[in-house]
Amino acid sequence: MQVSSDLLCQSFKTMLLARILDEKFASLYRAGKIHGGVFLGRGQEALSVAVGGQLRKGDAFAPLIRDQAGRLAFGETVIDAARTYMGSALGPMRGRDGNVHRGRPKSGYLPMISHLGSTIAVVNGVLFAKRMKGETGVAGAAVVGDGATSTGAFHEALNQAAVEHLPLVLVVANNQFAYSTPTNRQFACESISAKAAGYGVQAHRVAGNDLLRCLEVCGRAIELARAGGGPQLIEADLLRLCGHGEHDDAGYITPEQKNSPLGRDCLKVGEQQLLDGHHAAAADLAAWREAAVREVDEVIARVQREPAPDAYQEDWCALASRHLQETHSHPED
Amino acid sequence: MTGITYLEAIREAQARALADDPRVFIYGQDVGDFGGAFKATKNLAKEFPGRVLDSPISEDAMMGLAVGAAIEGLRPIIEMQFADFSTVGFNQIVNQAATLHWRTRVSCPIVVRLPSGGTSGSGPFHSQSMEALYATYPGLVVMTPATVEDAYSMLVEAVAIDDPVIFCEHKYLYYHLKADSLPTEALPTGKARISRAGRDLTIVAYSAMVHEALAVAEELAPEGWEIEVVDLRSVKPLDTDTIMGSVARTGRLLAVGEAWPWGGVTAEVVARVASEGFNLLDAPPQRLNAKDTPIPYHPNLWTVHRPTARSIANAARKLLQT
Repeated sequence: MQVSSDLLCQSFKTMLLARILDEKFASLYRAGKIHGGVFLGRGQEALSVAVGGQLRKGDAFAPLIRDQAGRLAFGETVIDAARTYMGSALGPMRGRDGNVHRGRPKSGYLPMISHLGSTIAVVNGVLFAKRMKGETGVAGAAVVGDGATSTGAFHEALNQAAVEHLPLVLVVANNQFAYSTPTNRQFACESISAKAAGYGVQAHRVAGNDLLRCLEVCGRAIELARAGGGPQLIEADLLRLCGHGEHDDAGYITPEQKNSPLGRDCLKVGEQQLLDGHHAAAADLAAWREAAVREVDEVIARVQREPAPDAYQEDWCALASRHLQETHSHPED
Repeated sequence: MTGITYLEAIREAQARALADDPRVFIYGQDVGDFGGAFKATKNLAKEFPGRVLDSPISEDAMMGLAVGAAIEGLRPIIEMQFADFSTVGFNQIVNQAATLHWRTRVSCPIVVRLPSGGTSGSGPFHSQSMEALYATYPGLVVMTPATVEDAYSMLVEAVAIDDPVIFCEHKYLYYHLKADSLPTEALPTGKARISRAGRDLTIVAYSAMVHEALAVAEELAPEGWEIEVVDLRSVKPLDTDTIMGSVARTGRLLAVGEAWPWGGVTAEVVARVASEGFNLLDAPPQRLNAKDTPIPYHPNLWTVHRPTARSIANAARKLLQT
């Protein structure tokens, strides 16, 4: 698959925006302005953007915690992300859920829960329903990490997708650690992609910090799924260039790993690929960065002035069928 | 054979839902051509091609798929082969399905059918009653029909509800209850029924225990006791008003459930009456549940493990004499 200059430039711009937005969240976290944790995608932007950016409107996307780039590429706005992190009442989650737990399900952008592996089957359901409704030419991607491949949910969902021959692209960002646990305590087979054969699923493997290669491999896998080739499993080898969350100094990542090819920063790799291929000049890159910084600063300044959720305005109703909500538990009302 | 059984009512309700609403489909183990382990989907795969589908033995993925399909606007009915196996899909039910609307405003209309409760010889893993487990989670509706008519009308209503519904259908009642015909009218969900009126004691029950309670009311009538039996129908929402109204008439409460004794539906009923209707009570409210062990296999053990007409009658007599 040939990656167009336009796709390459657009993907890089989105990676840059994601990195700058992530850094802003980290600094807000350090300033005590974010209520929960902050989870960065540093080092995983190339893979993430290659997935989210090559899906189309009408597809399904279930990102995980390190997918700011893919989320933006799939259509999330900076303000949706900021409002969720800052707990704004105006955001898509209205302060009811926060940080990376956000989405717009009716747009195919599925909100993750914290139980790893469990959104894969939800993507299956979206694809299954679309087929039942006669919608063709769609694909859905779920992103997980190496740790999630050990869950029963991963196994059940991948097998289910294979049995139903669904256009699922299951992307495993193998960043070598599940929180602090190395992959040799996670699985004993030769690689994650080797598992695909056991499910009757096509496997792909890619250097997860190489933007061009990620765009090629993810683009091919998505098109194979879309064309009726059944589920595709992508294993991307990379390294998380930060802690699990901003509370974690990641002391378990060794200097050898950081200095190995796995430890290359995908943003730098992408930048070099743009310059070497004459897709953009250094001045373009500087201008893109400046525009991204400006956008992020403006959005954060705006969101910081927005109202927080008001407990007395909250309806405390978990059901869509309001008449079936138990009211007994609020005797003070 | 004349009349319609509880099990046939469940099949008929699903047939009606499939016929009335093209968004409905059924997904579960052996539900397709085989018609389900209990035949609750008998012939439905043939009558509704492509809409009644066998799943792999993957309760987690079954429920995950249902959530995705619900997001896309469909209305899945998931058959768990036995209520006991739903624990494997528990995470998707309580964390994915039950939180979706609250988090995102996107409704999640799924019916999870749980063949529940004990039958002799079924043992620890084919006999469980899980209504309390699901009722404790916000975002779920939990139905426990006790009659053929309710099995039908509540399942039809469950499919129309815009939230995940845990539908606890009792396996003992499958074959032991019959009605002359399917109902044309029904009480709304969330409304309990006074199954038998009385003035001396209220027995609050649900699912199969309603019939044990009715047998006790019959047994004690010649002794001069008039027992009122309240059938909860749904345990969430729980119709506190009807319970309280009944206790106001009788002054005595016995809550009976087939589930285990720690917490649960009977504890909730007693807690509500004790906190809001303490002045209505002429005697301490009582609960009767299964024993606090896994459910035994042998009939000699099983019949003593869960409440029966005999143990309910003993508890009722004791309470009436307090």
